[in-house]
This record gives sequence, C-alpha cells and structure tokens, in this order.
Amino acid sequence: MINIFKRSKSVAISIDEFFDKVDLGTLNFKKGVNNYIDGNAIEFAQNLNSITVLEQEADTIQRKIGNDFYLHSLMPNYSSDILNLLETVDDIIDMSKDLLSQFDVENPNIPEAIKKDFIELVSASSKSVENVLPAARIFFTQPDNVKDSIQKVLFYHRETHNLSTSLKRKIFQEIDSLILSEKLHLRYFALHIEQVSDVAKDIAHQLSSLVIKIKM
Amino acid sequence: MFLFFLTSGLFLGWTLGANDASNVFGSAVGSKMIKFKQAAIIASIFVILGAVFQGAGGSHTLGKLGSVDALGGAFTVALAAGIAVFWMTKLKLPVSTSQAVVGAIIGWNFFTNNPTDMSSLTKIVTTWISGPILGGIFAILLFQLLQYTLKKSRIHLIKLDAYIKYALLIVGAFGSYSLGANNIANVVGVFIPSAPDILLDFGFFTMDGTQLLFLAGGISIAVGIMTYSKKVMMTVGNSLMKLNAETAIVVVLAHSLVLFVFSSQNLSDFFVSLGLPAIPLVPVSSSQAIVGAILGIGIIKGGRNIQLNVIGKIAIGWVITPVIAGLISFFALFFMSNLFNLQVSQNPSKFVKGDIFVEDSKNSEIDSKTKVIDPFEFDRSEPTIIELYKPAVIIALVILMIIVFYQFYTILRLREKDKLDEEEDHFIKYNAQQVLLENELKLSNSAKAELEKEIEFKEKEQKKIALSIIRKNEILSKLKAEIEQIKSKPEKSLKFSDLNTLKVLILDNLNLEKERKSLDIYIKELNNTFFQNLERKYPGLTNNEKKLCSLLRLKLSSKEIASILNITPKSVEVNRYRLRKKMNIKKEEKLSKIIRKL
Repeated sequence: MINIFKRSKSVAISIDEFFDKVDLGTLNFKKGVNNYIDGNAIEFAQNLNSITVLEQEADTIQRKIGNDFYLHSLMPNYSSDILNLLETVDDIIDMSKDLLSQFDVENPNIPEAIKKDFIELVSASSKSVENVLPAARIFFTQPDNVKDSIQKVLFYHRETHNLSTSLKRKIFQEIDSLILSEKLHLRYFALHIEQVSDVAKDIAHQLSSLVIKIKM
Repeated sequence: MFLFFLTSGLFLGWTLGANDASNVFGSAVGSKMIKFKQAAIIASIFVILGAVFQGAGGSHTLGKLGSVDALGGAFTVALAAGIAVFWMTKLKLPVSTSQAVVGAIIGWNFFTNNPTDMSSLTKIVTTWISGPILGGIFAILLFQLLQYTLKKSRIHLIKLDAYIKYALLIVGAFGSYSLGANNIANVVGVFIPSAPDILLDFGFFTMDGTQLLFLAGGISIAVGIMTYSKKVMMTVGNSLMKLNAETAIVVVLAHSLVLFVFSSQNLSDFFVSLGLPAIPLVPVSSSQAIVGAILGIGIIKGGRNIQLNVIGKIAIGWVITPVIAGLISFFALFFMSNLFNLQVSQNPSKFVKGDIFVEDSKNSEIDSKTKVIDPFEFDRSEPTIIELYKPAVIIALVILMIIVFYQFYTILRLREKDKLDEEEDHFIKYNAQQVLLENELKLSNSAKAELEKEIEFKEKEQKKIALSIIRKNEILSKLKAEIEQIKSKPEKSLKFSDLNTLKVLILDNLNLEKERKSLDIYIKELNNTFFQNLERKYPGLTNNEKKLCSLLRLKLSSKEIASILNITPKSVEVNRYRLRKKMNIKKEEKLSKIIRKL
C-alpha cells in the first residue's frame, strides 16, 4: 500500500521534472534564435548544447513515466491520453532542438530588414509554448483551471500564424536582394518556428478533451 | 434433511452474490482500477462478516411479514424466489432479490391462507421507495463533499489515482459488509424458524443456530461472488451511466450507507434514544440503492448522461419481480404439497388442496394466535449447548500447523525452484559460452590453417625462386665454361653453332635479376615477424646477415645459399661462422635450429 503511494509520488515528481526540462528547453530555443540573429556565435553554441542535453533528459524522463504507467497500471482509464499528452509536449523540445541545430548546420542568411520579424515570430511562438506548459502542469492538480491558460495559447498561436504569414510575404515580395533559393530557405525556417506553436495548440486541444473526460 | 432443504436458500445466496457484488465492485473492476481477484476476496470476507454479525435486523421484519414455519415451505419459498431471480436475469430484466423474496413470502401467505402483516409490508414497500431516494440524497451530499475536498486539496492526479484505488477497496469492503448484513435475510431469512436449536460455544464467542444459518448464507453469497460475479461486473458495470473513479466511490459509498442504515440495530436504537422514530430494519435492494445514488449524481450533473430507458426498465422490474416471485411461489407450493406431500406450513388454517379449499377447524383457533409469527419471538426451548472450545482450539491449531507446513513447503519448493532455475541459467550460460568458445576456436583454427597454407605456399614459392636462381647460376657457370671452351679453340675452328649455344644460355639467364628481386620481396613478406623478432633479440645484425638468417630458416644448404647470394660456398661458411659469433651461439647449439625457433 505504501509502495503505490511512493510510486505515485515519484511519478508526479517525474512529470514536474519533465515539464521543467521542456520549459528550460523553450527558453534556450528563444535565446538561441535571438543569439543567432544577433550574431553571438558562442552564446548560440551554448544554447544549442543546453537544449541538446535538456532534450535527452526529457526523453529519458518521459520513457520512465511511460514505463511506470504501464508497469503499475496507473490511471488505467486515462493513461494512454496522458502519455499521448506528454509525448506531444516532448515534441516541443524535440522540434526546438532540431530547429536550433538547423540554424547551426544550414546557417541561413537573414537580411537585416527581416531580423526584427524573425525575433517577433520566435517570441510569439515561444509564448504559446510558455502558456501551454503551465496549463499542462495545472491539469494534474486543478483541471478546472486549465481553460484559462488555453485561451492564451490559442491567442498566441493565431499571432504566430499572422507574423509568419507577414514575414513570408516580406521575404518573397519586398526583399529583392535575395535569390529564390535563399527566399525558400528563409521560408522554411519561418515555417518551422511557426510549427512549434502548432504543437502548443495541439497540446491545448488535448488538454481540453482530457479535462472533459476526467470531469465526466 | 435440513441441509437438503437449505440448498434452495443457498442457491438464492449464490444468485445474490453473482448479481449484487457488481453493485459494490462493478465500477472499480470494470474500470480496471482493482483486480477482480482482489475485489472478490475482499467482498467474500466482508459479506460473511456482515451476515454473521449484523444480519439479524432485516430477518426480523421479513419474519413478521410471514413466518414460513415449515422447512418444506421455506425450501419452496426460497426456491421460488431463486427461480424468479435467475429467470429474470436470463431475460435480462433488472431484478431484486429482496423483492423476489417478499413476493414469494406473500405467495406462501396466500397459499397457506396466513394473513400478510400489512404494517410490515408497508414498512418494506416504503423502504423500496425510500431506499433509492436516500441513496440519491447520500450520493448528492457525498459528491459535493468530495468535489469540495478535491478542489481545496489540489491533489496531483497521479496521487489521487492511488488514493482512489485504496478508497475503492475500503468502500467496497464496507459495501460488502452492508450487503451481507442487509441481504442475508433474503437468502436464509425464511429458514430461521426451522433453524437447528443449538448453541456452539467456541470459548471466545458463541454462535447460535441462526448465526450458523447466516454463516452458511454468507458463504453461499461468497461462492456466488467468486464463481459468477466477474462476468456481471464486466458486462453490467456502468450500464446506467458512465462513471469515473471518483463518482464510483460516491455511488458505492451511498449505496453501502443505505444498506447499512436499513440493517443496523445500533443506529436504530441511537435514533430512538434521540427521540426520533426507529429506523425500519428491512432488506432493501442493493440494485435500487445503486440506481438511486447514480440518479442523484446524474441530477447534480444536469441529468445529461442518464439513460432514461434503463431507468424505465428498472422501474418495470420493481413491479414485475414481486408479482412473478409470488406467482411462482404459490404454484410451487401447490405442487410441493399436492404432488410430493411436503409440509409447507405448521399451522395452516386453510390451504389449497387440489382445487378444494380445505378448512381446518381444529387449527383455526391456534392459527388466529399464530398468524403473525416472529421467528425471533419464538418460544424456543433451551438450546442444546455444544462445547466447541477444545475442538475449536485443536482445529485452529491443526489449521495453523497445516498453514505453517504449507508455507514451509512452499518456501522450500520456491527455493528449490529458484535453485533449479539458477542452475538452469548457469547451464544455459555455460552452454552458450562453450558454443561461443568452440566457434571462436573453430574460427581461429581455420584462420591458422589458412595462414599455414599461405606460409606453406609462400615457402614453396621462395624455394622455387631460390632453386630457379641456383639453376640459372648453374647455367651461367655452364655459359662461362662454354665460353672458356670456345676461347680455347683455334679461331678457324669456330662455328656459328657455338654462338647459338651461347645465345640460348644467355636467353635463359635474362630473367635472373627479376627473379632475385621477387625472392627478396617474398623473403621480406614472409619473414616480416621473423625479422622483427630477430632485430629485437639480436640487434646490430647487418642486412646481409639478416638475409642469411632468413635463408637458413628455409633450410637451404650452404651451397644453395651461395648460389642465391652469388657468393662461394666458402664465403657462406665464413658468414655463418661470423653470425654465430655475433649471436653468441655456443658450439653445441645449431645455428639453423635457433633461427627456426624465432
């Protein structure tokens, strides 16, 4: 009897740790992109290193949580939904790390005229993530309060989408100094930054349906 | 004979266990929060405890409704109720054992022309209505309380899951206890007037005939839970409304409280002491209590999830069950008394014999006094006291010893099994290692064989080249001798054929240099390790000395070596002597042997 209480406590702690890692990963992602745009190569490399380590740690914790859920039949009615939720949350840090790594490998040429737009896009995308993570955390303790944060996530997701569209329009219609391949390259980065906020939106939807399921 | 007649009651107990355990543990097992085995063990133990320690209250009221005073009658009434429950379950109609038993007793009253105690009947029917209502009220209050507590406490969902698991077990245990306490009257209530008049004295506690009857009934319910309830739990589970774990706790707790309230003598006495009316101790339907509780939750949630057609079906079942059970009981009693001449009543004033109502005038006076018989107010004679203290202690000791021996045997067997498993593991590991080593050995052997073959081939090649050099040197010597011979001839006697002979000899010699070079390469290639060892052991040897060593290693004679190196055999001997000195080889040791060992 004591064992199951200990186990559930340790799983609860692991879930919190997992969210911490993703949270830190998002901060590193935001900082990393800003550092790349500002040309701070050393800081950018540090951000990339940190996010790589955080991503690995998050993966390990996520695997451990999944293992505990199946092994000890925790929350049998909702286990698959909760594990799916954690999987999607893990996608955020995975995508962020991949994106920073792509900046590092592909070294896109960002013209001065759109640097500010890129920074704004990253900021909006990160904000949607920064709002969805507390919602996911609060789901485990106060499911009723989840909907408050979800509205913010959906707002920032729309904002990200608008910024991304305007950035892409700028790239293709206003900046003549870039050749087509460079334009396509930049569009690809804008799209990937936007996709991080898409994942945040998916998490928000998953949380909404989970709250309904649990409250039923 | 008593035990034979009791079988119908036990059958009823079995159907009750099979059907009603799902009310207590259905949601928990159906949602996989608790394993069936765990639920069945807990339910069985607590049903028996509830039946033995708190089963009297409900039986009291049931006895007042109609005291089935003959064993044959009790058998038929229980059988009729059992058949009604079983038949309606088969038809997938909601059925309550309590209603079936009440219907069957009324059927017996009709058949034996005993009057039905209307106040008891009213009491019982009132609880059929008040039970579900009370269940609903309890559910609403408990649900609100739980929601408030959960909101305030902010427990992590994972931790809450663990708490709920154990709460379901505890609430289930309480529910099983209440089920046993309240519903045991349905199972063996009609047999109480015929219960054996004995008192078993176990030293620490005593058990009278009624309690023994309750124990038997409790065991039959437990058997029903163990053997048939899993199917019901898995299929019936949440047919009325989809329940989550928290709601399931509330529903089961509300249902348990209803059953407990209607079976607890102490609570009733407490109410009386407060100046309130006594609580009627009546067997209520556990299914109805559950339905009431679920409806209560449904009302609080806005009634969205309630399946009205299921409720309608249940309501129809409430009306049909007692009617069907009463009819079955009436006709069964008719057949039992007329076909098998079974005594179905002790004091019949009037009972159906064939199609004629027989008036028993002699008994009419007695009957008027005994028409309402309370089994607990029977003027029983002093019970036969059976001292079971010593046998109980001996049996307990024997059981304890058997358990200890069994445990000991199990531990030994487990150890033996572990040992065998370990040995088997070791065996498998060793076998695997052996196979691995054999494979490695085979591989290294085949590699060695290949290398040996290669060495042999290269040695042959070397020898071939060496021999070819020797042969060509011989040719050169011949050429030299031939030229000498030609030179010694007078100029006039010189012939063209002499020059041709020379040309042939020269052509044979043309490839000599090339072959010498390839010999050097072969020697180096083949003797790579040999040269390394030689250098390590005898540093300071010149290249020519090393070459001599490698040729000695090929077991070539001094003459052959001289031919290869294009020096005289004497020079080879001198070189060998110098080499021996340089390598500090004693007189008794052979140079070629030492070189081959390297």
